[in-house]
Amino acid sequence: MNLAADKLAGSVESRFGDAVKRVPSTVEQLTYELTATKLQDVCHALRDEEPFRFEQLMDVCGVDYLGYGENEWRTRSATVTGFSRGVDRHSPQADEHAQRRFAVVYHLLSICHNQRLRLRVFCADEPPMLDSVTAIWASANWFEREAFDLYGILFSGHPDLRRILTDYGFIGNPFRKDFPLSGNVEVRYDPEKQRVIYEPVSIEPRVLVPRVIREDPRYQEAFKEASKNA
Amino acid sequence: MPELQNFTMNFGPQHPAAHGVLRLILEMDGEVITKADPHIGLLHRATEKLAESKPYNQSIGYMDRLDYVSMMCNEHAYVMAIEKLLGITPPIRAQYIRVMYDELTRITNHLLWLGAHGLDIGAMTVFLYCFREREDIMDMYEAVSGARMHATYYRPGGVYRDLPQHMPDYKASRFRSKSDMRRMNKARQGTLLDFIEDFTGRFPKCIDEYEVLLTDNRIWKQRTVGIGVVSRERALQLGFSGPMLRGSGVEWDLRKKQPYAVYDEVEFDIPVGVNGDCYDRYLVRIEEMRQSTNIVKQCIAWLRKNPGPVWLDDHKITPPLREQMKSDMESLIHHFKYMTEGYCVPAGEVYAAIEHPKGEFGVYMISDGANKPFRVKIRAAGFAHLSALDEMVRGHMLADLVAIIGSQDIVFGEVDR
Repeated sequence: MNLAADKLAGSVESRFGDAVKRVPSTVEQLTYELTATKLQDVCHALRDEEPFRFEQLMDVCGVDYLGYGENEWRTRSATVTGFSRGVDRHSPQADEHAQRRFAVVYHLLSICHNQRLRLRVFCADEPPMLDSVTAIWASANWFEREAFDLYGILFSGHPDLRRILTDYGFIGNPFRKDFPLSGNVEVRYDPEKQRVIYEPVSIEPRVLVPRVIREDPRYQEAFKEASKNA
Repeated sequence: MPELQNFTMNFGPQHPAAHGVLRLILEMDGEVITKADPHIGLLHRATEKLAESKPYNQSIGYMDRLDYVSMMCNEHAYVMAIEKLLGITPPIRAQYIRVMYDELTRITNHLLWLGAHGLDIGAMTVFLYCFREREDIMDMYEAVSGARMHATYYRPGGVYRDLPQHMPDYKASRFRSKSDMRRMNKARQGTLLDFIEDFTGRFPKCIDEYEVLLTDNRIWKQRTVGIGVVSRERALQLGFSGPMLRGSGVEWDLRKKQPYAVYDEVEFDIPVGVNGDCYDRYLVRIEEMRQSTNIVKQCIAWLRKNPGPVWLDDHKITPPLREQMKSDMESLIHHFKYMTEGYCVPAGEVYAAIEHPKGEFGVYMISDGANKPFRVKIRAAGFAHLSALDEMVRGHMLADLVAIIGSQDIVFGEVDR
């Protein structure tokens, strides 16, 4: 971790104490996790107070952690049964009790101090809900609309929370991990009704290349190093 | 006389000045806009979701199709994110090639922007001029990657292949006279680098031509000076980046402030605007083309002197040579695993940002250790710029809306993703 990032990490931790938790990383980038209730206070301070001065919010991004770290490929038994039977075709199922399923990630940039910071906030409830930061950074407006549209994350206090990227009248949150890649409906022109109609999709979801997680000792060493530093 | 009221007007999605599929719902008070509500997403292809379902390398081609007028820059951000997670650095020659092509891409992006922007507000000729030079850059793309636009040339660990020793030339046909052929092939006799060098020699004069047409043009100034003014503070609040931010007087360029690849080895200046209007943004972009030409020249000089590898030799990440595969079992296995399963990237998250011609283009990537990314988020500059459209057009006339959309340099491939 370079010097400037260490300095920033020091001031973040001394200013916010237990409100933020550093996430270990092998890449030289600072990530902090914080609880949803503290979000607005921390963001206000990060924008206005001297050692931080994050004038710009570059990105707000929803993440669905469902199925994180899961294999689609039964590595040990697959060679006996062959490719097609080795692939797990089920898409990850939503777990009712998942407390850490949806997160929102904020990327901050300070022009005057030339530094970046990443914040991650997990939404506990169903439906997932967070405070909006549009009052702090105007650029959050569309980014939050996008996270709402694609993940169904609600932002309380947002001035205009509408869908943004999906079609008019779209149903569902397409970027959730339990939403199939092929979608649920398809459109076609019906010559009898003489209009475009929606139907359930006719294609089967399939896996071309299964998800495989392979342990590589080289990376595990690097990660241990990073966790020690954090 | 009938009483006039506010009315709502639809603009687009098929409108020549909308730069793609932008639909605007405008609330008008006479000819003055009181509110603009952009409806986007008509080109939404769920690139990020598609990338989650594929091994890392198979999504590079999707990046070209995001901002489809600055293809290689998009790739650069994506492969940089993977490289950071893997903890690898591409060979220095590959980095110079990347910088050179990034800058050529910046020129082609600005050429298209200038042509389309001029066309929108009534300057037809400049469009033809811009496309004349843009064609040469398309040929450079084609020479190096085989594709005129969607190159898929950058790969994690380097670039797909070294610069070719021979620049393809025009072949005789019954539609071309001998003298035409001689003129068209004059610069194409040597290597690709010779061709690019020839281009950098004549391009500054071409920029002068555009400037003669526009910079002091009375009509051009009437349409752009004082239109769409954004103050420094608002530009920061609204998440602006790139020429939009610099046009408002903020000295910020990732190539200088957070250098990536070999941008700390080349010399260039950052143009900064004063008033934050459409005219200043025009001047900034014009000057950026001149600076880019200089960077390309420096890269050519370096690349001539320093031959070397352009791709890492680690065959877990890059494919082995075809010849090795014929004789070496290990190489054959590497090739098979690389092409089918891909490589696993260590768990972690990374945000890689580059100075894209339109602003900050970032790729945020979360990996859980698998051969496919767990989440890819693309931070497109145009998305933030377009979200500020409402604020920028309020109180302006309908015709100024076109000038403002033009000066934002919107491309829907990256806004909708």
